[in-house]
Amino acid sequence: MKQIVFESPSQQLWKRFCKNKVGLWALGLILFLTLIAAATLLLSWLGLPWPMNPNATDLSQKLLLPNRLHWLGTDHLGRDVFSRMLHGAPISLTVGFTTVIVSLSIGVLIGSVAGYCGGKIDQLLMRLVDAFLCFPTFFLILTAVALLGPSLMNIIVVIGLVSWTGTARLVRGEFLTLRETQYINAAQILGQKSSTIILRHILPNAAGVILITAVLGIPEAILAEAGLSFLGFGVQPPQATWGNIIADGKTYLLEAWWLILFPGFAIFITALAFYLVGDSLREAGEKK
Amino acid sequence: MLSFILRRLGLSIILLFLISFISFFIITLTPGSPYPWGEMNPKISPEVKAAFRKKFHLDFPLHQQYEMMLHDLFTGELRSMKDDLPVMKKIISRLPATLALNVMAILFSLSFGTLLGLYGSLYRGNWKDMSLSCLSFLFIALPGFWISYLLVLALVKHIGIPILGTQSYGVDFPTDLARWLDRLWHLMLPAIILSLAGIATQSRYLRSSMIETLRENYILTARAKGLSPTVVLYQHALRNSLRPLITGIGMLLPSLISGSVIIETIFAYPGMGQLGYQAVLERDYPILITLNMIVATMVLLGNLFSDLLYALVDPRVRLE
Amino acid sequence: MTTTTPPFLEIKNLSIGFSSDEKIVPAVRDVSLILNRGETLAIVGESGSGKSATSLAITRLLASPPAVYQGGQILFNGVDLLALSEKELRAYRGGRIAYVFQEASTSLNPVYTIRSQMAEMLRLHRPEFHDIDTEIIHWLEMVGITNPKERLKAYPHQLSGGMQQRVMIAMALSAQPDLLIADEPTTALDVTIQAQILAQLSKLEKELGMTMILITHNLAIIRGLAHQVAVMHHGSIVEYGPTEEVLQNPQHPYTKALLACIPRLDEHRRRLSTIGKELQ
Repeated sequence: MKQIVFESPSQQLWKRFCKNKVGLWALGLILFLTLIAAATLLLSWLGLPWPMNPNATDLSQKLLLPNRLHWLGTDHLGRDVFSRMLHGAPISLTVGFTTVIVSLSIGVLIGSVAGYCGGKIDQLLMRLVDAFLCFPTFFLILTAVALLGPSLMNIIVVIGLVSWTGTARLVRGEFLTLRETQYINAAQILGQKSSTIILRHILPNAAGVILITAVLGIPEAILAEAGLSFLGFGVQPPQATWGNIIADGKTYLLEAWWLILFPGFAIFITALAFYLVGDSLREAGEKK
Repeated sequence: MLSFILRRLGLSIILLFLISFISFFIITLTPGSPYPWGEMNPKISPEVKAAFRKKFHLDFPLHQQYEMMLHDLFTGELRSMKDDLPVMKKIISRLPATLALNVMAILFSLSFGTLLGLYGSLYRGNWKDMSLSCLSFLFIALPGFWISYLLVLALVKHIGIPILGTQSYGVDFPTDLARWLDRLWHLMLPAIILSLAGIATQSRYLRSSMIETLRENYILTARAKGLSPTVVLYQHALRNSLRPLITGIGMLLPSLISGSVIIETIFAYPGMGQLGYQAVLERDYPILITLNMIVATMVLLGNLFSDLLYALVDPRVRLE
Repeated sequence: MTTTTPPFLEIKNLSIGFSSDEKIVPAVRDVSLILNRGETLAIVGESGSGKSATSLAITRLLASPPAVYQGGQILFNGVDLLALSEKELRAYRGGRIAYVFQEASTSLNPVYTIRSQMAEMLRLHRPEFHDIDTEIIHWLEMVGITNPKERLKAYPHQLSGGMQQRVMIAMALSAQPDLLIADEPTTALDVTIQAQILAQLSKLEKELGMTMILITHNLAIIRGLAHQVAVMHHGSIVEYGPTEEVLQNPQHPYTKALLACIPRLDEHRRRLSTIGKELQ
């Protein structure tokens, strides 16, 4: 007799996810980056900025090519690019993760209310989503951040407030389907409260879809923040971010390619890793 | 059909009001000085400030300001706070360049996106599909400003090809054709960079839609008829997988305008994105609101168009 | 001197598997069948027994991968179809061996009219017709569609399920194939429509002298239609013989169990059997 092993949906998802090598590598890269970001924060908090103080200027050392001391070169103020990039990592990751928390809470709330209630409320909320979808998102973020003043908090809130529409639509769709299932009917007939039904019966079944949009939302936030930083509306100097290293470097574009190449590559590879993990999760959830 | 179009236009007008409302309040409710020269500039006398406030109705309560703004928007009397030029005039001067760039980018997104998506769905699961998938995520994850600078660096510094602006300056073109080719060349690079993300998303959508269609029973029927793989693929499968392509026409636009804020700035390309960025820098509210409204109108019209097109492609779709 | 003409269709030791996660799961195991011209063979079995896979394999319609043709021959008038190239096979598909599938509602392409889908078949396999519309109308009438002329411009979703299946049958017959394979042609339909379609098939069988393979999981519907019956279970043929013989005197316990599931009018009330666990 074959032993039958019962797996929960999340165990199944994880098992299928593990089969995709690309997704696993990407996840590994994200964990590695998170670890580095955390270590950088910890070391600078302890007063031991590693490998160098990201804000220490030394004009005699400006615009140096990558060398043994400055692995990725120095910028126009002689600051070490590698150290600045390490200190930029926590910013990008924080923006990525916290923005998604903001946009996810709004999106899930609006999507589940619209999908569960249906009717007029659904119509109204979906028109609001339609209106948001007509805006050029990044332009809207730029406008709002420029007006509010660029700070980490403002950036997170604004990007979150603008990018919930996709989640809302998706969650609504899931709710519309799940609402019609037998077990939800059963729960309704048993007289359970709507909030209980939403929280205990529908949401857990929509969790997979929500997780995937969350993961795919992170790189979008990271890229948006990088774009803002690049235009000068990101987290303000002297705090280093991947975007503002490039923004500072663009003046020296023709002399100092390393100021553009490395930070941009960091943004690119981080965003790519999140996209690949998200896609791999999506694929794992899809396979039946 | 006609009643559908009318109803949709009605809905669009409601949406436009909602959009004007959102843009207006985002801009006016955020803290900060409305003056283009800043709050504390000592060179500006109180009289000048008062005149400015009067001119732009800043002393009225917000809801009246909103009404006046709408009135001015529709009568075309809205003026830039920076140089007092009519907003519409400034935007219209940017229109040809913007249209050229965005139409080109949409064409690239749809054509290459469809090709890559089709190819991926055919080789589903093998290494060709996997590398195409990775390539499309590569495209989405590329920060536009980064790749632009790398290309500018490579082309301008190392090869010496002019790419900035809409045309090469200080060059006498022997023929009109040469001048147009030069302009086309200047359009190419920003359009390609702008369309990368669009190509990637389009190809992902088309790929999954094709994979779904290829599992349908009528594909088996078509094969059982003895049709060639080409006919099965293009006449039976692709025709049923066109939805992402068609919705793409309307939905690509907002992300393109967003992207063009950065790309146009880098390539010194005089389009609406650049205008918008300058307006943000100068806190030129009338321009910001008008730009949002124009983009929203184009998106709504694009969506209506794609719905009509979809009804044309799929007889099961009823326009209601 | 004796010349033996090869049988119309002979399947010899056919084995097919489906690859999944680097393993190959067997779907059809060592199946052998013979079908003579003008006869109808019914393949019976529950879902997953390999009957559909066998029928699709005849013109290699099972997509490969995941399907793996592991061995055997399919001789159609002496030609091994499994050895032909994809291009050579296309002349057989539709033209000499036509299919009618289970769900007509999803088996017709939703974005093309009935006319264009039927014309496609005729242009491909009967290019000698110049007046295609007349020919289409002829076949639509043949399968009992009223007002065939008006149906030409209809899209599949504008027809009822029964009508859609009739169109599928008309389309399959229009190329005048030597062999018609009907894969559960009535399963997706209402009971009354099922009866109509079966009556239609039975009439066409007699009128046209058709050779047919009928796939079903329902033993009851083969009585009037099939000359031979093959019962499949877990990918193998467990019982094979003339219809009456198999129905009257089933040898294999699985066939007995299947027959016991059919409600009969001439019996006293009894509990209907379910297929026992020992056979699963």
